[in-house]
Amino acid sequence: MSTRRASRSSQPSSVAGMSDEQISDLLSKLRQLIPQLRTNYTDKVSASKLLQETCNYIRSLHREVDDLSDQISQLLASTDRDSDQAAIIRSLLL
Amino acid sequence: MSSSSGPAAAAAVAAAAAEDSHRKKRRKIEADDAEETSRGRKTAGAGVGETTWRSLAQQRLYYTRLVEALSRSRRSSSASSAEAQDAASASASASASSPPSSGAGEVRGIADRVLATAAKGRSRWSRAILASRLRMSRLGKHHKKARAPTGRGRLKKKPPPQPALEGGARKRRLPAVERRVKVLGRLVPGCRGISMSSVLEETSDYIAALEMQVRAMTVLTQLLSGAQQQLPPTTTTTSGGQIGSGSGSGSG
Repeated sequence: MSTRRASRSSQPSSVAGMSDEQISDLLSKLRQLIPQLRTNYTDKVSASKLLQETCNYIRSLHREVDDLSDQISQLLASTDRDSDQAAIIRSLLL
Repeated sequence: MSSSSGPAAAAAVAAAAAEDSHRKKRRKIEADDAEETSRGRKTAGAGVGETTWRSLAQQRLYYTRLVEALSRSRRSSSASSAEAQDAASASASASASSPPSSGAGEVRGIADRVLATAAKGRSRWSRAILASRLRMSRLGKHHKKARAPTGRGRLKKKPPPQPALEGGARKRRLPAVERRVKVLGRLVPGCRGISMSSVLEETSDYIAALEMQVRAMTVLTQLLSGAQQQLPPTTTTTSGGQIGSGSGSGSG
């Protein structure tokens, strides 16, 4: 398994324990998941940029989940004023 | 996927799953669940034993479990607060409904736990979430469950790019890719200090799962806010009076 050291474009071959092909396979698979990078598939995206966008995307997803949890907890708490409302909501949900 | 912490993590997942299944009221959901899992396994993606987070069935299943868990926690919290009220009835504290402290954190924790359980122990991040919750609940039962260590709050600083640091300060210049993968490993739970390929595999699964979580919680939020708007506002000033009198109809 000889790694090509000549190519220094975007995937450095000096990464421990992984072949270039394996890396680029996983990276292309990852790229399909990031909505920002999925559209302009013609352009080449460097591995570093792809990973950076992945980190940003995960952080934004975390933020979204946090916001939604906030809203849900507020909505659930505000309906506790009255047991009737809570019962109706419960019957709607389940 | 390395299964170094297999038995312990599997026990954690089994415990969580057992706890969930013991409290299920509808057997039908269990039957559906068996169907979904088998269907999920058949249509698994490239990775071994990956869950199909994109299927609508998976999302519905998660949604149902999430709603069950939320209503369970509300019932238990309202029961405990009712007990507290009875105990403190002597004091003239008129706080009728006290929302649980850090309710958003609680909801987030429940959502993460249900999500991790849905992975059925097939991914490292899901095992890490469940294991960390077990650890925290063991540390202090009454201590508010801190969020799973996803490193959200800490990661405000980005690693400096350091394009060409030729000075002798760093003997070994980590390639940019490796550095970024390390950062990624800190974002995904339970992915610190594992091989690059594992991090990338876990990341794809984790992102798909997070997206599904967002979709399901969005649906729940819309449902709850819709229900709120349509319900007639009840007057809380009248003590024990007519409930749901519908006097304030058509409020926007």
